[in-house]
Amino acid sequence: MANFWQYVISGLATGATYALVALGLALIYRSSRILHFAHGDITTAGTFVAFTLLGLKLHYMVAFFLALLFGAVLAMSFYFCVLIPAQRREASQLGQIILTLGLGLILQGLVAYFGGTETQSFPFPLSDFKTYQIGEVVISQLSLGTFGIGVLACLLFYLLVQKTRIGLAMRATSENLPAAQTMGIPTRQILALSWGLAALLGVLAGIFLAPALLLDPFFMLEPFLKGFAAAILGGLNSLPGAIVGGLILGVAESLAGGYVSIAFKNTFAFLIIILVLLVRPEGLLGKEFKERV
Amino acid sequence: METLLKIANIETLYYDRIYALHGLSLEVKAGEIFAVLGPNGAGKTTLLKTIAGLLKDQPKKGAIHFMGKRIHRLAPERVARLGIVYVPEDRGLFRELSVKENLDLGCWGRSDSGITDDVEFIYQLFPILKNRAYQQAETLSGGEQQMLAMARAMLRRPKLLMLDEPSLGLAPRVGREVYEALSKISQAGTTILLVEQNAKMALRIANFGYIMESGRIVLEGTAQELQENQDVQELYLGVGGDTVSPKGWRLYKKRRTW
Repeated sequence: MANFWQYVISGLATGATYALVALGLALIYRSSRILHFAHGDITTAGTFVAFTLLGLKLHYMVAFFLALLFGAVLAMSFYFCVLIPAQRREASQLGQIILTLGLGLILQGLVAYFGGTETQSFPFPLSDFKTYQIGEVVISQLSLGTFGIGVLACLLFYLLVQKTRIGLAMRATSENLPAAQTMGIPTRQILALSWGLAALLGVLAGIFLAPALLLDPFFMLEPFLKGFAAAILGGLNSLPGAIVGGLILGVAESLAGGYVSIAFKNTFAFLIIILVLLVRPEGLLGKEFKERV
Repeated sequence: METLLKIANIETLYYDRIYALHGLSLEVKAGEIFAVLGPNGAGKTTLLKTIAGLLKDQPKKGAIHFMGKRIHRLAPERVARLGIVYVPEDRGLFRELSVKENLDLGCWGRSDSGITDDVEFIYQLFPILKNRAYQQAETLSGGEQQMLAMARAMLRRPKLLMLDEPSLGLAPRVGREVYEALSKISQAGTTILLVEQNAKMALRIANFGYIMESGRIVLEGTAQELQENQDVQELYLGVGGDTVSPKGWRLYKKRRTW
């Protein structure tokens, strides 16, 4: 039994980072109906910025804050400088998705050029080797911090969306764009904000993943795909679904890795996704969009 | 009365080749109710959408002026901020949000002290909305949804309120309630531009009417004049004249005057 709880706890910690990535993807899909393929690469770029700033002997808090800001600004300028002109020229949904893919490739190149391709270790205030014992379960400082920050970020995000006027405008814009426009809501700014917030959540996940995974230009590829899967598992247009999906995916792969074989870690997790989607094609908490013509 | 909205010779096209509005002109004067009547596919909805700026890069030709300012081809947010509020045919509600949240969004961008008065006014107009405040807009009945849409529009203090078929899909009694509310709104000083198929109801409250067919205005006049026009009576009001046999079918196809 102790083993079981051990797997669940470490699964929840990884799941929290998947949840953050998934939350960003779901936020963008809900508001713009775009699958954001550059999400992982924006995250990587943000994490590299944090790494560079730490190299300049900046304080952790300052470096991380600037990295989050960098990610948000990057995503917002992509929205304003590329997506809006594309939409003005009637780009199709698929075309816009390809644009995000292109952004991802550009960022990959830039990160590889400026950050270097060799694997580097990411200095971090929380240690992966210092552990705490709770009952029979052992948890590392890093995992505890990751889980804590994930929960905190989700909570703050929830409060922002559900309790503030900006959040209300975000919900309105993502649900019925023309109606929001006729209400005089500045929909472009609101959508840009969604893109910025999504990137911010992503970079946050990246910063907490980097110390465990070691930093290289492709370190976010797997977490990004997992986050994607988690978002789809929870229902792509549901924000709570993204969180639930992330946590389930994290725990499932941890259990599979522990009880079956470490080789089946990913296989088993995706089997669960296939099963869930067979029963509920719209995801666990997702509602199908009712597009009215 | 001063002219609030002036539309001159606008042409709106879909997919760059299908003409929906074909050189249409009309004027809306402040403080009155204007009704645009016409059959399906006449371009009534297109007209309102063009004014609201919801059709990108339309009208292709012509000009729309609102209070002396050019508004054609402006972004819908900017048209909305000038005081033109559009209530679309599907009511344009945020279906997943509660009634109260919908109303809050109606106050977007307002911080004046008049909000409480306006909220009071709309609750007087539609008392049912107060009981439903925390219900999802999706769960309201059709009539309540129309009332919510109108209430939300009123919270924006519109200078021009544009409604697309407010009686569509409503039981006759509910439709009449909606229309009573509309004439109260008008008496409170709001100019209304109304698009309707239900000519009888619309002409009862309107001051002025336009008959629209295939993208053009074919006839205009005061509500009184239109109600007395023979063609309008026969085609829109269902009053059978001499040309209709008692059995309900026409003996010969009458030439319209337009």
